[in-house]
Amino acid sequence: MLPISLATLRKGTRGIVAEVTDDAQSLGDESHSTISRRLLELGFVPGEPLEIVAAVWPGGDPIAVRLGNTTFALRRREARAILVTVD
Amino acid sequence: MKEHGHAPESMRVALVGVPNSGKTALFNRLTGSRQKVANYAGVTVERKEGSFTGPSGRQYRVLDLPGAYSLTPTTLDEAITRDFLLGRLAGEAAPEFVVCVVDATNLRLNLRLALELRDLGVPIVVALNMSDLARDRGFRLDRDRLERELGVPVVETVAVASGGHERLVAALEAVTHPGAAPPREWRDPSFAHIQHTQRDVRRILEAVGYTEPARARALRRLDALVMHPLAGPAFLALLLFFVFQAVFSWATLPMSLISSGVSWVGAEVQDLLPGGMLRSLLVDGVIAGAGSVVVFLPQILILFLFILVLEDTGYLPRAAYLLDRLMGSVGLSGRAFIPLLSSFACAVPGIMATRTIPNVRDRLATIMVAPLMTCSARLPVYALVIAAFIPNRPVGPFNLQGLVLFTLYVTGIVAAMAVAWGLKRTALRSSYHPLLLELPEYRWPNVQSLAIGLWERAKVFVGRVGTIILALMIVLWFLSSYPAAPPGAPGPAIQYSYAGAIGRALEHVFAPIGFNWQISLALVPGLAAREVAVGALGTVYSLSATGDGVSATLAPMIAGTWSLATALSLLAWYVFAPQCLSTLVVVRRETNSWRYPLLMTAYLFALAYAAAFLTYRVALALGAG
Repeated sequence: MLPISLATLRKGTRGIVAEVTDDAQSLGDESHSTISRRLLELGFVPGEPLEIVAAVWPGGDPIAVRLGNTTFALRRREARAILVTVD
Repeated sequence: MKEHGHAPESMRVALVGVPNSGKTALFNRLTGSRQKVANYAGVTVERKEGSFTGPSGRQYRVLDLPGAYSLTPTTLDEAITRDFLLGRLAGEAAPEFVVCVVDATNLRLNLRLALELRDLGVPIVVALNMSDLARDRGFRLDRDRLERELGVPVVETVAVASGGHERLVAALEAVTHPGAAPPREWRDPSFAHIQHTQRDVRRILEAVGYTEPARARALRRLDALVMHPLAGPAFLALLLFFVFQAVFSWATLPMSLISSGVSWVGAEVQDLLPGGMLRSLLVDGVIAGAGSVVVFLPQILILFLFILVLEDTGYLPRAAYLLDRLMGSVGLSGRAFIPLLSSFACAVPGIMATRTIPNVRDRLATIMVAPLMTCSARLPVYALVIAAFIPNRPVGPFNLQGLVLFTLYVTGIVAAMAVAWGLKRTALRSSYHPLLLELPEYRWPNVQSLAIGLWERAKVFVGRVGTIILALMIVLWFLSSYPAAPPGAPGPAIQYSYAGAIGRALEHVFAPIGFNWQISLALVPGLAAREVAVGALGTVYSLSATGDGVSATLAPMIAGTWSLATALSLLAWYVFAPQCLSTLVVVRRETNSWRYPLLMTAYLFALAYAAAFLTYRVALALGAG
């Protein structure tokens, strides 16, 4: 299966991180892709399994993502940078 | 560069670690209550230093650096930590030794920073913190192998158990050449380099046989409830409501004990001393004034206790996650929740906590609305007026006084939202900034950390009562006592004093919102610290009372002299009450300009006057005059 953006996935979805894109433009990130850099530093690196464990109602945004032994809250907008291969 | 021939007699050690690694608990364990809390020069990032003596007699000065995920900063906290380690921070020498605190239950997140520090070339020891919890939960790893892989000493620590820091102390004692290597030149690593380091982390974890058990079912269930789309927000609302009810009801007993203690001291002094100036100063100025403020210590400590517990258990970031969208609707980040919640205790730490908000405009907007959160210093005023005017009777499962208090808090929150909305659409419009918030594992709060935290708050509050507030009380007593009333003058003496004159002058300004001259006068020292207004009323009324004032308590006295409309107007005034000076000073320091504190004073004054005017007029129209 082709990797798809984490931002498009629903609560309960599990997958494997395929890539973190360095696309500052699409993230609206003026400060030179600090978002992607921080995502990598927090452990969103290729090969790591993750799961969307919660989403705020209404609108399903932000989401809570379980990655390794940590849970992170992020908005769908920054989740766009994370490409996931869904199980 | 320092070179020591033999083990030095003292050593400067810095604790570094990612947020939630238990770094501060370890710091508390190492240094106990021998701590000094201040700020780094020029910024309001909290600087915590402590000291202890090793078994060899060596002195250690320990610095608890702000939590950082990385040496490539995204917040002011992280920038301070990096600059300190590189010796770039003005007025601070680089540490001679660094303890990298890692959470043994979360090495996947923690180990990368240890590698970054090691590669920086500063001398480090890795403290494998929470190692008991890790063992209990089924985490396994080969410590000797980890030591070989990292090439630096690795020791197990348990910050929350007595003696849990002994291995770390032994490792520090073994250091003979602290600060032998100066940090290398630092450049933010490239994208590829970060990925490379992360692969290294994974390789090391594999090599040391790091096994991570599945998350406990109970914790998964708890998260499912706390972060449930509907149950989560409902739980949060209930929790906040419970906190505010508790602040009022749990504090009743200790408050009445303190207040009878103060009355007793006042009466004793009254009997001991001959009538005259000194007696009046002690009884009416010092005891009545400071006593009416100290009585609120229990409420303030209960509120802080709840905030500290919520922080320690890991609940607060989850609340920020739940509220991100709501806060986002007025242009704030979910991260603003934590500073704003702290502002309920006091706007000063709240404003200081905004440093974790990466975007400067989001941060400014949060700072500007923080004083609208009802700080604990306003509680004394609310408590006094509510006790005097609102009947203490049940309304359904609640209490009418509690409900009124809750309404005042909610009004502040709604006003803060409205102001933030306006600011973010005009002066503080900003580009997008991400949330990216770690939701740490739930933990039982640590009693020692709670005790130290509460002790710090109590010290600050009592210190304020003992210094600023007491000084103001004495000045006020002087203004209220001189010049003395002419012989045979009708009415209480204070009417003829300087204070009476000031109060009367201010009354022209405040009469349209229903304040008499006593209230108008009490507002002046109230600007220095809000809770002083109560003490000031105590002093003013105690002096204008005929006979021995202290024996009569303040609440029945104002209940007899103010109208309900005046009381409600004063409550409305205090929802928006213009700043206490310490808040303005912090805002000045934090924003590095007078622009924001002045703007803040102006808008709060305007809002307070408008709200009090409206409340007073509506109440009068409804017959509460």
